[in-house]
Amino acid sequence: MSKRIDVKDLNVYYGDFLAVEDVSISIEAKSVTAFIGPSGCGKSTFLRTINRMHEVLPGARVEGEVLLDGDNLYGPGVDPVTVRSQIGMVFQRPNPFPTMSIRDNVLAGVKLNNQKISKGEADALLERSLRGANLWNEVKDRLGKPGSGLSGGQQQRLCIARAIAVEPQVILMDEPCSALDPISTLAVEDLINELKDEYTVVIVTHNMQQAARVSDRTAFFNIAGTGKPGKLIEYAETSTIFNNPAQKSTEDYVSGRFG
Amino acid sequence: MTATSLTSSQGAGRAGDKIFSGAALAAGCLILAVLFGVALFLVVQAIPAFVAPAEDIQGGEGFFSYIWPIVIGTLIAAVIALVIATPVAIGVALFISHFAPRQLASGLGYVVDLLAAIPSVVYGAWGAAVLAKEITPVYNWLADNMGWLPIFAGPASATGKTILTAGIVLAVMVLPIITSLTREIFLQTPKLHEEAALALGATRWEMIKMTVLPFARPGIISAVMLGLGRALGETMAVALVLSSGALTASLIQSGNQTIAAEIALNFPEASGLKVSTLIAAGLVLFVITLAVNMVARWIIGRHKEFSGAN
Repeated sequence: MSKRIDVKDLNVYYGDFLAVEDVSISIEAKSVTAFIGPSGCGKSTFLRTINRMHEVLPGARVEGEVLLDGDNLYGPGVDPVTVRSQIGMVFQRPNPFPTMSIRDNVLAGVKLNNQKISKGEADALLERSLRGANLWNEVKDRLGKPGSGLSGGQQQRLCIARAIAVEPQVILMDEPCSALDPISTLAVEDLINELKDEYTVVIVTHNMQQAARVSDRTAFFNIAGTGKPGKLIEYAETSTIFNNPAQKSTEDYVSGRFG
Repeated sequence: MTATSLTSSQGAGRAGDKIFSGAALAAGCLILAVLFGVALFLVVQAIPAFVAPAEDIQGGEGFFSYIWPIVIGTLIAAVIALVIATPVAIGVALFISHFAPRQLASGLGYVVDLLAAIPSVVYGAWGAAVLAKEITPVYNWLADNMGWLPIFAGPASATGKTILTAGIVLAVMVLPIITSLTREIFLQTPKLHEEAALALGATRWEMIKMTVLPFARPGIISAVMLGLGRALGETMAVALVLSSGALTASLIQSGNQTIAAEIALNFPEASGLKVSTLIAAGLVLFVITLAVNMVARWIIGRHKEFSGAN
């Protein structure tokens, strides 16, 4: 149920501004890949091109190819709505739908496109998704309560449950723990470890220890200066990036000498 | 160095604080005082109409018989206006906030705001001179084909000066109010929630259904209530458009009357008890508006837990 991603010569633009230049990267199925790098280096921007969320912003566009098991997401006739239902996303700040109950939040994606689902199936999916997000025991007695009443960490796991309920091929996470306390962060990190058994997970993080803890492979992005495009500097096994990087700038960054 | 006492509270900043809080308190009190004053005036001036013998009131059957047909007429006109204006206004607002290209959206928003600035007498004149004439064939068609419905019972008015025409004119008048307010609220939907919906694979319309409309729900209700307030109280346009008469079920015959237009048309020549009767009608309108607002508050408050404010 998971697919690999191959990106070829991808340039990402905001209008005429080139934000990310010439990225080529291969992300293995059923693995956790971390994107690290200083603020503004384009790692979140690049992540958002993988499920075509980048183009939601006015004037934003890309050149190049993103292949999901060989199918170009930017090919002619590809519907971004279909792409996004295959590639889920978890955002920086927890964003459960405030007007929906916990139950409706989890099932929100499933009920899209006028899909009908029986109550029994819905209940089973609800429990499976919430268990998958390690949230079931905490919320099983208040499924009808609003999702916005949960703690920040619980909300973020609710968002993960919502993302896995639609059974995507890939889950993208854009700094999923940056708004969470250490305990909640640990819960989400444990969850990421479990998710890779079934999904391809790509995570953007500012926290290098987190990248080291959760990821199999790590990509380091950097930017030459303000106004310059971000670039992929180095991509390798996480242990290589942190212990024996090939590039000087990678070593400077992971050892805390800048950024 | 001298020790500063914790209890002393001097300095310009403190004075500014006091002046500001005093001014804010005064403004708040003034609103209450004005509202109370209006209510008091209405009640005191209306009492003679309530206690007068039935045969002295216009119509000769007491105040209640006088007032209830025009209360119904007022509500009919306002409901027609809202039924027409609300969906159109929400559609226009959604188009401006979420569908139109940015340049077109700002131009369109400006035009809608301009629409709100047109004086009501102009709308009234347009309704009486143009709309009423142009719409008579439609009324005839309705009478012929849907006449079995009491509200479209024939024969249709030859002049077109009916409560339905008045309602349509009112709809055009409240449209910019509802559009402007709902557009602002639609634009305030958190991007985070819109993106959450899109990232789940929602189409643009599904995203609007999942995030924008639920988020804007209290705001839509408030906007509709403001529009309703205008429709209930609108005087000039109704007075010009409607050829008033007794309460009639058919919307396409002449007849019916609204409270505001009734007061405006009769007040200049009224004296004595007649003045009291009209002011009592004003009091009834005041109470209706108050009740409508309270119901709206209640509807908004009912779903507080899910409003996203927490």
